[in-house]
Amino acid sequence: MIQFFNVSKFYPNGVKALVGATLHIEKGEFVFLVGPSGAGKSTLIKLIFREELPTKGQIYVGGRSIIRMKRRDVPHLRRQIGMVFQDFRLLPDRTVFENVAFAMQVVGAGPQEIKRRVPEVLELVGLKERAQMYPRQLSGGEQQRVAIARALVNKPALLIADEPTGNLDMDTSWEIINYFQEINRRGTTVLIATHAREIVDTLRQRVIALDRGRVVRDEHQGVYAHAT
Amino acid sequence: MLMQLRMALYVFQEAFRSLRRNGWLNFAAAGTTAVSLFVLGIAVLLVVNTNYISKTVESNVEIMAYLDRGLDQNDLKAIRTQIEATPGVKEVRFISKEEALATLAKRFGKESKLKESLGGTNPLPDAFRIRMSEPRQVASAAASINRLPGVEKVRYGQGVVEKMFKLTAWIRLISMVVMGLLGVCSVFLIATTIRLTMFARRREISIMKWVGATDWFVRWPFLLEGMILGAAGALVAVAVLGFSYSALTGKLQEVLAFLPVVRDYRVLIHLFEGLFTAGIGLGLVGSFISVHRYLRV
Repeated sequence: MIQFFNVSKFYPNGVKALVGATLHIEKGEFVFLVGPSGAGKSTLIKLIFREELPTKGQIYVGGRSIIRMKRRDVPHLRRQIGMVFQDFRLLPDRTVFENVAFAMQVVGAGPQEIKRRVPEVLELVGLKERAQMYPRQLSGGEQQRVAIARALVNKPALLIADEPTGNLDMDTSWEIINYFQEINRRGTTVLIATHAREIVDTLRQRVIALDRGRVVRDEHQGVYAHAT
Repeated sequence: MLMQLRMALYVFQEAFRSLRRNGWLNFAAAGTTAVSLFVLGIAVLLVVNTNYISKTVESNVEIMAYLDRGLDQNDLKAIRTQIEATPGVKEVRFISKEEALATLAKRFGKESKLKESLGGTNPLPDAFRIRMSEPRQVASAAASINRLPGVEKVRYGQGVVEKMFKLTAWIRLISMVVMGLLGVCSVFLIATTIRLTMFARRREISIMKWVGATDWFVRWPFLLEGMILGAAGALVAVAVLGFSYSALTGKLQEVLAFLPVVRDYRVLIHLFEGLFTAGIGLGLVGSFISVHRYLRV
């Protein structure tokens, strides 16, 4: 699904965000990306998403090199990827339904399709009854579930979440992570960048650890950090 | 096809949604466009009218060729033939000195004793009055008639024609400059409007990006918004201009009936079409500048 070959990203201000990273994530995997702030997690996600291009190295997503990819093909790459963020990034002046439908409108879906598909994903995240509410009327956890529904609505092959539980309490975080696991069970590859040590340690999934731009650890059934 | 239609619908919805949102700025942008197009319209009307007036004046320009004394009928015939052969001459009329004196006497009034005071002699020369079909040839025709033997001197509205042309050229130049400046202003204001709209909607834009919207899908609503602003300005300009022009020319014809003004509605329709297109063009250029510079999608 995702392959990085010796990928480095240096910013013009001299920051070496990623140094010689090589990693492979297979289709259907569930992967945690951990490491301290500034370790390069966000850069890695931006590279997968082709928001930025690497300074060196080669990246494949879904079997295609995204370095050689033409600009006009980038939207099609992004349609295969669902994104979830720490701050939810919902549109405050639109209802839950409209926020999710928005992602479908953008890729040219028809009204019938939208009317059928949106309630389906809202049901999946348990928000079918909240469809006509506005984001400010919802709790943090509910808002994040709207964001997840939006990320899933176009049936992406890959779901990427950048600190999805960073603004949520422990119980709510667990609830959100359970949704990710459910999504993963249905065949979607899931990559979560997180600081939630307890969750990572409990789930014992694959863990890729970054530190100062380098991949320092990559283990299956891993933990957040080894005692040193 | 269906998908294109749906996209178009979406683009229109988005454009109008954002037009509703920042009202005052839209008002300013459309207003500036309206003012600049209004000035443009005035300038065009001025040029059209001065052209029209100078043409009317020019075609009324006559050449008077005063003749030497003591010419006989054959001489007159010969001169007449040569004048008629001059390029641009439409009509030649002989005015005898008796006729000229009678006209002069009439102008002085019945009570005046013109003939008596002249002592019964007629000091006026015979003359030909020449009308031209091609006003621009008046000067050259006058010069060549002046060289004919038997012609003493030639008179025409020297300078009037040239002044008319110069005036037209100046009006054109000044209005071009004013128009240009105002055009730049309206492009700038539309660009600012679109930029602020984009800033207000940066969240939406980035979300669109993340879910895989194409660049043009993101851009189109902004371009359309700019075009709508330009078109709205143009409509206001056309309405004000049309109304005030017809009112003004109506009044002018009452007061100054001899002054020729253009009242041909086809000319006006042409002008209004032009203004409308220019408005949309200004809007498109303005929004394109902002979309191009500030929307990295």
